[in-house]
Amino acid sequence: MRHGIGEAGRSRDDKAFRDISEHSGAHGRTMPESAFPIDGSEMKPAPFEYLAATSAAEAAEALAAANGDGKIIAGGQSLMPMINFRLVKPTILIDINRVAGLDRIEKHGERLRIGATVRHRMTATDALVHRHIPILHDAMSHVAHLTVRNRGTFCGSVCHADPAAEMPMMTLLLDGTIAALSIRGERQIAASEFFVGSLMTSLEPDEFVTWIDIDTLPPETGWGFEEFSRRHGDFALACVATTLRIVDGVACDVRFGMMGVGETPLRLPDIETLVEGQAISETLLQDVSEALKGLLQPNTDIHASADYRRHLAGVLARRALRDAWKRATFRKDGPDA
Amino acid sequence: MPEKKITLSVSVNGVAHTATIEPRMLLSDFLRHELGLTGTHVGCEHGVCGACTVLLDGRSARSCLTLAVQAEGVEIETVEGRGSVDQLGRIQEAFRQHHALQCGFCTPGFIMAITDMLRHHPLESDEQIREALSGNICRCTGYEHIVNAVRELARERGPLT
Repeated sequence: MRHGIGEAGRSRDDKAFRDISEHSGAHGRTMPESAFPIDGSEMKPAPFEYLAATSAAEAAEALAAANGDGKIIAGGQSLMPMINFRLVKPTILIDINRVAGLDRIEKHGERLRIGATVRHRMTATDALVHRHIPILHDAMSHVAHLTVRNRGTFCGSVCHADPAAEMPMMTLLLDGTIAALSIRGERQIAASEFFVGSLMTSLEPDEFVTWIDIDTLPPETGWGFEEFSRRHGDFALACVATTLRIVDGVACDVRFGMMGVGETPLRLPDIETLVEGQAISETLLQDVSEALKGLLQPNTDIHASADYRRHLAGVLARRALRDAWKRATFRKDGPDA
Repeated sequence: MPEKKITLSVSVNGVAHTATIEPRMLLSDFLRHELGLTGTHVGCEHGVCGACTVLLDGRSARSCLTLAVQAEGVEIETVEGRGSVDQLGRIQEAFRQHHALQCGFCTPGFIMAITDMLRHHPLESDEQIREALSGNICRCTGYEHIVNAVRELARERGPLT
């Protein structure tokens, strides 16, 4: 969970305690129907209607009817904190957890399709992910905590578009396609067009995501995933994800993504071009570090300064590229080893 | 704006309940204020502290990040189902033996998260135990004694089949 979203909420225990005293003993009152009733003024979220949609079409219709004031909920691990703080006040919350068929990971050709209600726990343990996109399997171990992974979804995390969250970066790294459904039909959005700012996407108010397609990787692909956060499971101060293959002794099909160092997750084509066609050497890694300094414009915030993040980016990039090279060497020699 | 209330049927620790509630009522508030099950504690109410952890169909979840209406038809387990003062459950007993609590505020959330861990997670090393516990915050114990309790419970359980 994001820690910067606000102060910890006050507990209502003092009120509950008062209610217990009022309802017990002295006045001989019987317990009311509700044990310690709370009224609307004490509830965290602002009022909203709720619909448990049973089909994607029903959800799309309800979302359109809400005129931009509706929200879709799946895992709720990013949305609910914002609703509890009343940063988000939907007039209707449309729950897609009961829509059949969205809870699957399927292989379509060279792509994996991840449905809108696939939980992080499933992505983390899925055999197709492990076999075809081992870097995603690795990345999952950095996602939040056990209890949050039980509920949070891959697609929901992408829609939330936190620039320091793993799934948006992985979707960008793996040339994802995002399927946006509305009553107007389905629109497929390339990941490169999807993330437009911090917590901002190119989804229209009446659209919601039903699935995301991402590339599988050829078996001889090596990968490196290096994330640094203050505590395990927290959002990253900086993170590098990179994949490459080795052909004739040099790197090819290089992908290089970062997060935590900008307003959106990043693909860095300049770095990809720099590494493409080269063997990984200390000189090359030094060049990558130097190039990153000029390419990144990270923020200074309570967690780290921009300079520190730039430094971190270089360190993580070197480690991740070394790992990717090592793994590509190993997998080329014996992919099943 | 008055909200349309929704009638909800859930099972909590094996007991069926029906209630008519506002959609915006959090599951944590529903358990505490509608059902009087105050063992589930609310700390941060935005999914960071883990004190409100319950099980939904056998898997741990933040009850402050779940709407009560989303629990329609779901089997909920709370700390009240894990033992009582007179008859401590196994996890509670391990906590007592290892001094894994001081003020006890966070304890219900730990007990429920650990219930999930023991059912589903390998917990083969301290590193795995600590990673699994990392979603729950305790401000008293420094975690060492909680890790000791879980290590013993995991050893007792043996490897997952």
